[in-house]
Order: sequence, then C-alpha cells, then structure tokens
Amino acid sequence: MADSEGMAVRLQSLPQATQVGFRVTLASQMSAANALGIPALPGVNRFIGAGGLLVLWLGPDEWLLIAPDGMVEWESRLRNAIGADQGAVVDVSANRVGFELSGPAARDVLASCCALDLHPRAFGPGGCGQTLIAKAQVILAQTDLETYRILVRPSFANYVAAWLEDGVAGVQGHAKADL
Amino acid sequence: MLLIRCPWCGEREETEFRYGGQAHIATPRSDVDDASWARFLFHRDNPAGPFAERWVHIHGCRRWFHIVRDTLTHDITRSYLPSESPEDAG
Ligand SMILES: [Zn+2]
Repeated sequence: MADSEGMAVRLQSLPQATQVGFRVTLASQMSAANALGIPALPGVNRFIGAGGLLVLWLGPDEWLLIAPDGMVEWESRLRNAIGADQGAVVDVSANRVGFELSGPAARDVLASCCALDLHPRAFGPGGCGQTLIAKAQVILAQTDLETYRILVRPSFANYVAAWLEDGVAGVQGHAKADL
Repeated sequence: MLLIRCPWCGEREETEFRYGGQAHIATPRSDVDDASWARFLFHRDNPAGPFAERWVHIHGCRRWFHIVRDTLTHDITRSYLPSESPEDAG
C-alpha cells in the first residue's frame, strides 16, 4: 500500500498483532482489569491504551485486547484472571488486520465511507465503535486527535483499503485544487 | 434511512441493523393445538401506527433489542432491552 508522506492524510497497514476477545460477567470484570494493568475495563464506545496494550469495548459484556504480535500468553492470563465459569476468552489474532489512517484530513476520508458520527462532539481520542466502512464491518478506534485505527476481517481488507485510498485521493484532489 | 438507537451503543444508521419482526411474541407450550401453533408461527400484527419490533445491531455490538416504531411516520419513540416491556421503557 502506498504511503503518502507529507500529505493531509496517510494510510498504512499495521503489523500483525495478538488479539484476544473476551466476555466476562460483572463479577469478574475487576479481575480482568487488574490482569491487564488498567483501573477498570473501558466503558461504552471507549478503549484504553496502556503498557503497549489496547483494550476495546465491543459490547455490554465483551472486550477485545490487542497486544504486540506473539504475546499469546494473554489468552491464558485473562482466562485465569476471569475464572472458568465467569466468562470466555478466545485468541482471535487471525480474525482482523489493522490499518492506520492519520493526518488532519483523516476524518474527512472516513466521512466518505463511514456513517459513524466522528465529530468531536460525539467521538474523539479514546473512542471506539463497531460500524461499517462502505459495506464491510470494522472496528474503528481514534487513538489521537488525527489518527484512527481500523480493524477489518482479512477477506475485506482490500475492499476497505480501496475505499480509504479513494477517500485519500479525493482529499488530496481538494488540497491541490486549493493551491 | 432510519437513525436507530441501540440501547448499548447509541444512535447508529439503519444499515448497521437487521430487522427481527414483531416483539413480545411468547413461544407457546409444545403441546398446544395446531391452530395455536400456526398462529404463533405465521400470524403477526400489522398496525398502522406504533409497533413494537425486534432489531439486532448486527454490524455493531451484535445484541438484540426492541424499539417502538410508528409504521406510518417511522418515528421511533422507544428503544429498550429485551428484558423490558414497552410500557416501562423510557
Ligand atoms: Zn449496539
């Protein structure tokens, strides 16, 4: 994928990561947070980044842990913390690949293909959501003011990248026209 | 395009959801007569007005929930959990 250096927006694919999905009862959520080294599991539509880990809220009792590639021990660590009868922990590392979209125009690019309200009054750094880019399901997380991480199932990755690249080309076309 | 409030995720576009038909249909006991079973399987209300219906946030949190939607105006007056009744939902 072409990186667009020095432009208003830049799209790049992220390296492979360890991903662990977990569902956990209210009773064991504190234990899970302790194991992850965070004060509490993130609330609705939020994620927490700490110590090289990302923990994303996916649903009322469901989260996704993203850790550096190869840290497969997180699956058993979380399972031990949660307890066998208090939830489910599954390594889903192969389930999704990641893109990062960054730059002042990143939100404009997403506006071309994603209906989620990303305006600062509704979203912002620390926000995440499961939604659609064009017709493909994605997990979207805003990691800072101008950076978004997009997780997509591998078979939809080219499709999503094509939509994002089209949005990037559109934004850059406007930028050139403004000169 | 409807803007539907998922009770967990908040307002999202209709394309993130799938429709699940009329809400609050109780499954009858398996020993009811054929007519009652057929009514359960095939008969649904079709009001011109407020209608309690099931939706699933299929591209979001993947949870089922209920809304009350006016079939004439598409106004959605309530969004609530399956464990709630349309009356006590806010
Ligand atoms: Zn939802």
